[in-house]
Amino acid sequence: MEREAKGAEGFRPKILVFSTNNISDLGIDLAGSMHMHYPPTVYVISVPCSSGIKPGWILYAIERGFDGVFIAADGTDCPYLEDCTARTARITGEAQNLLKERGFNPMRVKMAAICSVCAEPFVNHMKNFYSALEKLGPSRKGEVSDEV
Amino acid sequence: MSKRRIGVYICHCGGNISDYVDVEKVRRAVEEEGDVVVAKTTLFACSDSAQQEMMEDIREKGLDAIVIASCSPKLHLFTFRSMAQRAGLNPYQYVHVNLREQDSWTHTDDPEGATEKAIKLVRAGIRKARLSRPLQPLRVQTERAALIIGGGISGLRAALALADMGIHVFLIEKSESLGGWVARFKSLYPSNRDGQELINSLVERARGNERITIFTEASLVEKSGVVGDFKVKIKVKGEELTLKVGAIIVSTGFEEYSPSEGEFGYGLEGVVTLSAFKAMVENSRGSVKFNGKEVSSVAYIYCVGSRQNEGNTYCSRYCCNATLHTALMASELSPSLRQFHIYRDIRTYGKNELLYESASKKGSVFVKYSPEAPPSVVRENGRLVVKVRDLLTDGEELEIPVDLVVLVTGMVPPQERELLEVLKLPVGRDGFFNEIHPKLRPVETVIDGVFIAGAAQGPKNSYEAVASALAASAKVAGLVLKGYAELEPQVASVDEEKCEWCGKCLEACPYSAFERVEYRGKEVARVIEALCKGCGGCVPACPADAIDVKGYEDVAIREMIDGLLEEKK
Repeated sequence: MEREAKGAEGFRPKILVFSTNNISDLGIDLAGSMHMHYPPTVYVISVPCSSGIKPGWILYAIERGFDGVFIAADGTDCPYLEDCTARTARITGEAQNLLKERGFNPMRVKMAAICSVCAEPFVNHMKNFYSALEKLGPSRKGEVSDEV
Repeated sequence: MSKRRIGVYICHCGGNISDYVDVEKVRRAVEEEGDVVVAKTTLFACSDSAQQEMMEDIREKGLDAIVIASCSPKLHLFTFRSMAQRAGLNPYQYVHVNLREQDSWTHTDDPEGATEKAIKLVRAGIRKARLSRPLQPLRVQTERAALIIGGGISGLRAALALADMGIHVFLIEKSESLGGWVARFKSLYPSNRDGQELINSLVERARGNERITIFTEASLVEKSGVVGDFKVKIKVKGEELTLKVGAIIVSTGFEEYSPSEGEFGYGLEGVVTLSAFKAMVENSRGSVKFNGKEVSSVAYIYCVGSRQNEGNTYCSRYCCNATLHTALMASELSPSLRQFHIYRDIRTYGKNELLYESASKKGSVFVKYSPEAPPSVVRENGRLVVKVRDLLTDGEELEIPVDLVVLVTGMVPPQERELLEVLKLPVGRDGFFNEIHPKLRPVETVIDGVFIAGAAQGPKNSYEAVASALAASAKVAGLVLKGYAELEPQVASVDEEKCEWCGKCLEACPYSAFERVEYRGKEVARVIEALCKGCGGCVPACPADAIDVKGYEDVAIREMIDGLLEEKK
C-alpha cells in the first residue's frame, strides 16, 4: 500500500464513520446544516442501526487503509433495539480484539452515541479522534505487538 | 459480474453544493468508472426538468441503476425513488449520496478537501449501485382508524376532519376536559371569537359523531406494530385498553413559559404573566381591576423567556399579537388606562399589523429596549417602577411607575417524558417535536405513520395550529384510506447454503422475525419479512456469517469502503 510512502508530516488521518439512517445521520446532517467544520477526510457510511455493524467491516476498513473507525451509535434513541448501546459496545469490543489480533492498535476504533440533534458532540468527537489518530500515525500492521 | 448501466447525477443545489465542491471535477473523475453510461451535473436535481431528464436517460439509455449526489437523503430519497419508479426503474436501484449536509456545508472552509471527498463518496455510491438489486416493498393492510393524542383545538379539529373522511378516531386527552388553552380564552385574536364557545361547538360535534371515541384522563403507554397497523395501549382513568390504529397524530400543545422568581420582578405583587392579565381583563367588569382596585397604568415587558442567548432561543411568534390584542381589549374597558409596551421588536406579522396600528392610535406608548440592557422592575415607595433605556429616544433612561407589570411570556414544550419514550419522536433543539422538513414534509416525523399537529411542533397561534391539524389529517387519510401501506423491503435475508440453524438470530431479534424451516435436508433460519424491521441486529450475531440486510449486504459495505479509499490520478 502506498500509505508507507507518506511521512508523518502531511499525514491526514482517514476516518470511516458508521452512522445510522434514523438517528446519528440526522445529528451529522445537522452539523452540516449549521456549517460546523470537521476534517474532510471523515467519510460516512450509513446503516439502519449501529447494532447491525459487523466487527469484520471495521477490521476490513483499517486493513484497507482507514486510520480510524468511529461508530456513531444509536444509543438509547434506537428505534429498533432496547439494548442497542450494549450491543454496539459489544461489536466495538470485538472489533478492537480483531484489530489487536492482527497487529493494529485497538484505539483506532471508537464508539459514541450520537443523537439526532448531537451536531456539536459529533464535531467534537471528530476533532478529538482526528488529533488522536494524528498522534498514532498511519495505521499499519504490526504497530502493536500483541499479535498471537 | 454482469455489466451494469449506471447513470450518475451530481447536483449543484443551486450553489449550496457547487460553491464549495467543484462538481464538474467530480463528474469528470467518475465518468470513466466502469459501468457508468452517463454522468451529468445538474443545477437542481429535484426540479421537474431535471427529473424529466433523468427519466428520459433511464428509458432511452436503458439505465439499470442511478446515483444521485445531492442533499441529505432525509430530504429527497423519496422524491428520487418515485422518479425512478415513474421511469420504470426499481426504486431500490437508486443510490443517494449526500454531498450537501455531509460535505459542502460542513467543509465550507476547505473546497479542495470537499471536492476530493465528493469524488470518493460518489465512487462509493457507484460501487453500491453496481450491486443494487430490484426489491419489492412489502404491503401491510391498513387499519382505517387513527389515534389523536391531545384534545386541544388541533386535536379536536383533526378528529372531525378524519371522521368526515370516514376514519374512526380515538381522541385521548390527559386532563379532565377537552379544549386545552383555547377553552380558557374569552376572546381570540384576530376575530375576537370566544374561545370557550368555539371549543364547545367542536366538542359538541365530536361527541355527536359516531366515528369519534373520546377518552379524557387518558395517556398512551405503549405502541407496537408498523405504519398502517399499529397496536397502541392507552391508560384511561387507571384502566388499560388496547386499540388498533393505522396512524397517530400528536397534538400535545405547549406550556406557558414560567418566569423564575425575580425575573423582571416576577414574584412582586402586581407582576403577572400575559395569560393571567388576559384573564383579568376578560373577567373585569366596568374597568380593568387588580385585587379589586382599579388599574390606571400597565407596562408590558416583551420577549420574556424568548429569544434568549441560552435556553429558549426561539421567538414564540404569537405573543406580540396576543399582547396588543389584549391591550386593545383593556383600553376598551378602561379608556383612560395608560399602557407602556416595552419591547425588543414588534412582530405583528400579516394582518395582525392592524392590531399594532390600532393600539398606537389608542395611545399605547412603545419603548424599545436593547437585549444588552434589559429593563428592570422594582417596587419603590409602594409602587412598581420599570426602569429602562429607551432606544427610540437615543438611550434616555426612563423610570415608569405603573400599577401592573405584564410579562409577555412565550411558549415552551410540555414536559411529556413518558410520551417521548413511547413514541421515540425526535425533538428539535427548542424541545418541540421535529418535522422531517419544514417546507416539504411539515407534519410528518421520522417515525412512519406518526404525525404532528399544532403547537406540539413549535409556537403557533390557534389558526396556525388548525391549519397544521388539517394538514396532518390529510396525511393520515392518504395513508389509511388507501387500504395498504408499503414497508421498506430492506429487510434481512438468510443465505440457506451457509446457514446451519443455531437459533442465534432469533435470540438477537426482539421482533421474533425468524422461523426454523427445512432446506435441502437441513434446518435453516428464514426471515418472516412482515415482522423484520431491517435493523440488522441479527447480522453480527450469526456465527456462520449467513445474514445480510438487503441494500446493506456485506459485499456492498466492503465495496463502499474500497470506493472511499480508491486513489486515482
